[in-house]
Amino acid sequence: MHELTITEQIVEIATRHGEKNEAEKITDLYLVIGELSTVIDDSVQFYWDLIAENTICEGANLHFKRIPAKFLCLECDHEFRLVDGELTPCPHCQSNRMEILEGKEFHLDSINIV
Amino acid sequence: MTKKISIIEKVQNANDLLAAEIQAQLQQAGLFSLNLMASPGAGKTSVIEKTLAELIPLYNIAAIDGDIATSIDADRASNAGATAVQINTGGQCHIDANMLKIALGEFELDNFDLLLVENVGNLICPASFKLGTDKNVLIASIPEGDDKPYKYPGMYQDVDALIINKTDLLPYVDFDMDYFKQGVQMLNPDLLTFPISCKTGEGIQSWTNWVIGQIKATKSS
Repeated sequence: MHELTITEQIVEIATRHGEKNEAEKITDLYLVIGELSTVIDDSVQFYWDLIAENTICEGANLHFKRIPAKFLCLECDHEFRLVDGELTPCPHCQSNRMEILEGKEFHLDSINIV
Repeated sequence: MTKKISIIEKVQNANDLLAAEIQAQLQQAGLFSLNLMASPGAGKTSVIEKTLAELIPLYNIAAIDGDIATSIDADRASNAGATAVQINTGGQCHIDANMLKIALGEFELDNFDLLLVENVGNLICPASFKLGTDKNVLIASIPEGDDKPYKYPGMYQDVDALIINKTDLLPYVDFDMDYFKQGVQMLNPDLLTFPISCKTGEGIQSWTNWVIGQIKATKSS
């Protein structure tokens, strides 16, 4: 549900950078979304046409780059990922002590303008 | 001709900047602030009532209650002695920094020692919207089940403290505390945890003692 607010912010950021670069139109947006970021790209896409209407973003294509979650075991320094999206102890030493290295990202990486 | 513009701007940047402003505003006022988050029915308002019962004799307390509709929660906080303001989010599933900023305008913040923000009942969205409060607290509850850290990692990974409410129901439901705690530990190692029961009062004192410690530390800093 918070994708509505988030989509509005994406339009705002893209429009601001587009206007700064004297864009007539924005044709593509490249978004980076981490696996743990609680943002559903399908929902953003769903709101996109509605929110982008009558802005220089209208008709632009959204491109999502998903960053898989990556964890560092604090006991044995082993780096590992989620298995089928499920959180597990360190597969190497079974420790529950870990740090999230990647997967919380959520930013607008770049846009294409004409 | 198409031109690529590099941006690399966090989508939540506008909210985060406003949250930083709120943080400065609250620090300036010298009060300690908590953002309480939980799923609907976990007992956010009950925890606030119990907290107020202990702390109202000692401190001036402001409460901001976020809900999609009604002022039921603010009324409960007000009846328990807080100066309370309700935010009706009108369908939004979380309080964002802008809504909090507006609600804070209703208070003379210098007159308060503690601010309790009760977020909208939801285990997904509130984690994505920083508010600028000193501490973020998640209230889990026994009947929700022991798998919630695994299903809602975003919520568990960034909080500063965890309340486990309704411990009086442990004998009646299948809740594996070790499995629950393993999930919490993986997402948020050594998270400060308060098992409590708003029904029996068990553990409330330990929670309110922590809040008192935080209020004192904020005042002396």
